[in-house]
Amino acid sequence: MTKKFTLYLALLTLAAFWGCGKNKTSITIAGSTAFQPFAEKLAETYMNYNNKVNITVQGGGSAVGIQAANSGAAEIGMADLVILPEEAKALTSTVVARDGIAVIVHPDNIVSELTTDQVRDIFNGKITNWKDVGGKDASITVVSREAGSGTRSSFEDIVKDISLKRDALIQDSNGTIRETVANDVNAVGYLSHGLINNKIKAVRVDGQESTTESILSGNYKLVRPIYLLVKGNLEGEIKNFIDFVLSSEGQEIIKANGLLPAK
Amino acid sequence: MKLLSEKGVQRILMATAFSAISALLLIALFIISEGLPFIFSYGLNEFLFSSNWEPQAGKFGIYPMIVASLWVTFGAMVVGAPLGVAGALFLTEYVPKAIMRIVKPTIELLAAIPSVVYGFIGVMVLAPIIRENLGGPGLSLLGASIILGIMILPTIISISIDSILAVPQSYREGSLALGATIWQTIHMVTIKASKSGIIASIILGMGRAIGETMAVIMIAGNSVNIPTSALDSVRTLTANIALEMSYATGMHRQALFATGVVLFIVIIILNSIASIAIRKRPVKK
Repeated sequence: MTKKFTLYLALLTLAAFWGCGKNKTSITIAGSTAFQPFAEKLAETYMNYNNKVNITVQGGGSAVGIQAANSGAAEIGMADLVILPEEAKALTSTVVARDGIAVIVHPDNIVSELTTDQVRDIFNGKITNWKDVGGKDASITVVSREAGSGTRSSFEDIVKDISLKRDALIQDSNGTIRETVANDVNAVGYLSHGLINNKIKAVRVDGQESTTESILSGNYKLVRPIYLLVKGNLEGEIKNFIDFVLSSEGQEIIKANGLLPAK
Repeated sequence: MKLLSEKGVQRILMATAFSAISALLLIALFIISEGLPFIFSYGLNEFLFSSNWEPQAGKFGIYPMIVASLWVTFGAMVVGAPLGVAGALFLTEYVPKAIMRIVKPTIELLAAIPSVVYGFIGVMVLAPIIRENLGGPGLSLLGASIILGIMILPTIISISIDSILAVPQSYREGSLALGATIWQTIHMVTIKASKSGIIASIILGMGRAIGETMAVIMIAGNSVNIPTSALDSVRTLTANIALEMSYATGMHRQALFATGVVLFIVIIILNSIASIAIRKRPVKK
């Protein structure tokens, strides 16, 4: 009985794989870890509609996304940089979403507003004490991301002229930045605005809150685009997928999970 | 019927033994072939002794990371070695064997705790204590030293215990018969006789400390910074590779492999110094 069942199961699995391999276009998407969970959700929904396509989503970071799209290792690369590097110029880029970058402090910090200049001076190490920006007399612990991170380069490109101070703490993900700031009353850091929670406080930058409305209206400055990069022209199944991402349903998925729509 | 001849078994075992060595050789070759060309094109001096690490600007100086790795390892030794050796002496010389047989495996369980858990405890418990009582950001050289010191305890304790137990009981009896107290026997006879084993345990602990990555990334803060005090945040060589490898391309990627080459050489130098130290131990009593 059991043996027969196992055999049946094995045949069924084989048949399923057979079906997969037949007449299916496969698309690989790689790159930005910030957009990866969204791409997975979008791909899953898209595959429900269109069973002729098999989409695989991989991470690796924005640099990997650009590299993979260039080399052909992936059909679509994901990048979340404000300024695309030279090697991405030859690729067809489509903005599919936007992401705000929030400057965050500990909830007990009395500072709740900074100007862009103050943010720059804090990360450069020119301002080292909270009392200089209206806070308590305590030295500022700056927390940043590692070199190469899309969030970091976007942040530095928007704020401009940041050469990160030597003794800034470096954390390797949005999550650990949040954890570090939540644990240190004197810390300041930045992260993707979808990841703000009540353990930390997002400060107003130039008087603007990092809320969805403020970003959509264009008032909040710290916003980066998320690109899908394709080598050559958009055509066939790749175009269909990107069209789906830009459709109201695709944008709704992006919005529901914490990012902002492209337009 | 014999399934395998004596020769056959010998060959199979030889192949197994050599596979370990060839794995080591392959890893060394790979790292060196990826990293060495970079070192030559960038300049050895500039790479080793410049303190500017700005991959985006094409500056790759790893001096701060070398200094940090050495300090963190030294700090871990200061915390772990005395505790470990003292613990091993207590368990072998003062406590009944039966109790030691329960305590030793318990200590060895420390080695089974994943390093990410040590890092987590460092971030959640140790860092706030350091920050509130001593100042600084908490994520620091001191924190990393303490966590690593604890992580290397099981290595130091269990190898020290084994080497102390290997000292013939007659040595101790001779010393005690001459009227020496237990402590006099320990520091004049037992430690001298088991010295090489104790040093070996410390070296193995040191190897673990310098190579540890995950816990250090979590607790050391990772600033590219030459530390001026134990409360400063530092980035070790291992942390530098692990933090940036996922993003690195081109020169930056080669620079990280070159960092691996340096780490490799630092470990080889430390191990050689240590094994010379073992061989040079005084023979005369």
